[in-house]
Amino acid sequence: MKRFAQLLELLALTPSRTRKLTALTQYFREVPDPDRGYALAVLTGALSFRNVKPALLKETVLREVDETLFAMSYDYVGDLGETIALIWPHHGQQGDLPSLTELIELFNTTSKSDLPKLIAALLTQAGINERWALVKLATGALRIGVSARLAKTALAEMSGVDVQEIEEVWHGLKVPYLDLFAWLGGKAGRPDIDQSARFHPLMLSNPIDEEKDLARLDPRDFAAEWKWDGIRVQLVLGGGTVSLFSRTGDDIAPAFPDIVENVHGLGVLDGELLVGRDFEAGSFNDLQQRLNRRVASAKHLKESPAFIRVYDMLFDGREDIRALEWTERRARLEAWFVGNPQSRLDLSEVLPFADWDDLARQRRQGADEHGHEGVMIKLRTSPYVPGRPKGYWFKWKRDPNVVDAVLMYAQRGHGKRSSFYSDYTFGVWKGNEIVPIGKAYFGFTDEELKLLDKWIRANTVQAFGPVREVKKELVFEVAFDSAQESTRHKSGVALRFPRINRIRWDKPASEAATLEDMMVFIGAT
Amino acid sequence: MASPILDRNLHIRAIDAYIDPSVPRERAIITHGHADHARSGHKAVLATPDTIAIMKVRYGEDCAGSFEALDFGVPYRIDDVTITFYPAGHILGSAQVLVEQGGQRVVVTGDYKRLADRTAQPYELVECDLLVTEATFGLPVFQHPHPSVEIARLLKSVADQPERSHLVGCYALGKAQRVIALLRDAGWDAPIYLHGAMLRLCALYEELGVPLGALRPALDVPKAELAGQIVIAPPSAIRDRWSRRFPDPVTCQASGWMSVKQRARQALVELPLVISDHCDWGELQQTIHETKAETVWVTHGREDALVYWCRSQGLQAEPLNIQGFEDDGGEGEAE
Repeated sequence: MKRFAQLLELLALTPSRTRKLTALTQYFREVPDPDRGYALAVLTGALSFRNVKPALLKETVLREVDETLFAMSYDYVGDLGETIALIWPHHGQQGDLPSLTELIELFNTTSKSDLPKLIAALLTQAGINERWALVKLATGALRIGVSARLAKTALAEMSGVDVQEIEEVWHGLKVPYLDLFAWLGGKAGRPDIDQSARFHPLMLSNPIDEEKDLARLDPRDFAAEWKWDGIRVQLVLGGGTVSLFSRTGDDIAPAFPDIVENVHGLGVLDGELLVGRDFEAGSFNDLQQRLNRRVASAKHLKESPAFIRVYDMLFDGREDIRALEWTERRARLEAWFVGNPQSRLDLSEVLPFADWDDLARQRRQGADEHGHEGVMIKLRTSPYVPGRPKGYWFKWKRDPNVVDAVLMYAQRGHGKRSSFYSDYTFGVWKGNEIVPIGKAYFGFTDEELKLLDKWIRANTVQAFGPVREVKKELVFEVAFDSAQESTRHKSGVALRFPRINRIRWDKPASEAATLEDMMVFIGAT
Repeated sequence: MASPILDRNLHIRAIDAYIDPSVPRERAIITHGHADHARSGHKAVLATPDTIAIMKVRYGEDCAGSFEALDFGVPYRIDDVTITFYPAGHILGSAQVLVEQGGQRVVVTGDYKRLADRTAQPYELVECDLLVTEATFGLPVFQHPHPSVEIARLLKSVADQPERSHLVGCYALGKAQRVIALLRDAGWDAPIYLHGAMLRLCALYEELGVPLGALRPALDVPKAELAGQIVIAPPSAIRDRWSRRFPDPVTCQASGWMSVKQRARQALVELPLVISDHCDWGELQQTIHETKAETVWVTHGREDALVYWCRSQGLQAEPLNIQGFEDDGGEGEAE
């Protein structure tokens, strides 16, 4: 564990990517199986424990530390794991902690009732740095600036195998990756993974820059589709087996049996999961209801059936077609649909358009009349490339709605922003009072954050722990994608994707919007 | 306790004198030379000889109308008020101020630490009725390690990466000299290189009887010569253009704040050294108990937590929100 703690600390504090890579390759080279495999799992976020959770750690600490002092400390430090590591008051004989493998084994096999005792003993035994690493391991929130991609790049550097090749097998592998390390070490062949039956990293789009991009791009080279407001999924039809993955490769099949049990054919499809009847997409709110459950309830299946609007194909049957141009993949996809009639899949429509102005008009109309999020623009010759390659796919979101709202409460941020009041709750007028309609924590510059922080400290009416209630005097122009009715908020309104568009230092609060103003937005979607 | 002889802005009414005032006053009693305690422009200043020497070097000979030097442990009477300085152990010359009047004893700690440090006169405990304590590290997450552990980490990093130079960010007054002394005590006898801002105060410490070994200005030293060497600089310089003259520098910072890794990360510190010239949480508690004070006023830092704890111990306690001091101690000079 000591070695792993040192690695984590170095990764957290070294700004140089090269040096991080060196540290990782050195670690993977020198540390034996299965420790290095577990370390890899921790770094790539592939590990989670059934019973060891942040709440359990907090509970363990609160048996030893006053709750108010803990809350004040957490507010100051801004990171739960680090607060726990720093505040732990007992320091016993600092012996060596168990190895990473042994620790994970202990976390997995210790009964729920014995876990607090185990964790307390480990915290007491550990030195400060190991305590920090131990808590990071247990809470799963590393926050050390290392991506899964960087860890895989280190594996590539260590072995000379191309990182893309590692990505290819990645989602078929199991912790602690013995077959992967054997392959990379030249001791075994490439792990045998059915290429057509696993998750393949998705191709993502870049936002379009209306001024720069549109002038230089020829509309004839591009195809357009609506940007659907659901969740991105990958459907893997293995002939007998069906897997449904989220954009990060999480298996979400148990939540959507209505899809999994009703699709046919062989191939890997890319699309948007939506809810609604007869391929009429309902609101994101309806979808949210289903996403919040790991397993679907009968009520949800009946009231909010799910379907997938398909827009790309990665494997046609067992054939990898990702290297083909979009036009060819689209033709394959359309042909596939003819051969495999579906009740839960439909095709995303390709929008004909004359030029960019025409598409802009359609985009606006689609937003106003159907609540579409915007349009996607895809280069007709683009292959399917995982990641976010430049120049292939663009998203052109509709213009946001804006409303002038009044700042009501401010809360300290976390991590880098823990000394700033950076999370804002704002509201609109309902008669003579202001009722909250949402919360936002971005959309402003660092300079503006400093000014806001200062204003908040100077205009506090009341403080409750990390939250300050402020004078109802500062107006924000809040941008948001859509508004919905909500029972959670006192105002009855919830905003989707709200962000601070502008700070209206000049505008008196009396001129902010009213709840009636908000109703217009609800009608629109 | 009868009504305190000291106001909440550290004004001693009977003699119209302020302790560490943030604006120019007729009479100021200065605990130590850091800028958030010692300002220029007071008419009459009472301080320890070392603090006066430091103020003169930092602000000029004429930074106060007049100076009166008072040695540690020597009572100074004005009317029926007696002022006595006791070492605070924070930096050279740093004092706690004992104010006595009509049998009431008030101690204003200024900044202080309990741990021995050969660059500062060692802390002495003073019992009192009212204790005005700082709380820079007044949260239970602050549990300072022994500085020798941190210096050992620095020396190991130097040994492991002989091709790089280590830039240690330290405040120019106090922290820099302490880190140098700690390095010397750990056996590092190579010359230590200094940023220009460090030179005068290091020279002053030596003049005042604190040997620091061979020191060299870092200016104009060939790059290659600085590989494997230790350089002391103000925290702002270690990530600035100034640092480009060094071979592949390791940015280090010596401060009590460095225990919070997310903070170190945010400040782009590659090797955080948890070396503090203030009490940690445990030492603050220990001091409050040992002074036997029944009333505690808390200032400079995380007042809320320490006030909360004092009250849980049955003590009278309140925060002093003294104007002119930083709300977020992270940027204050004292660390």
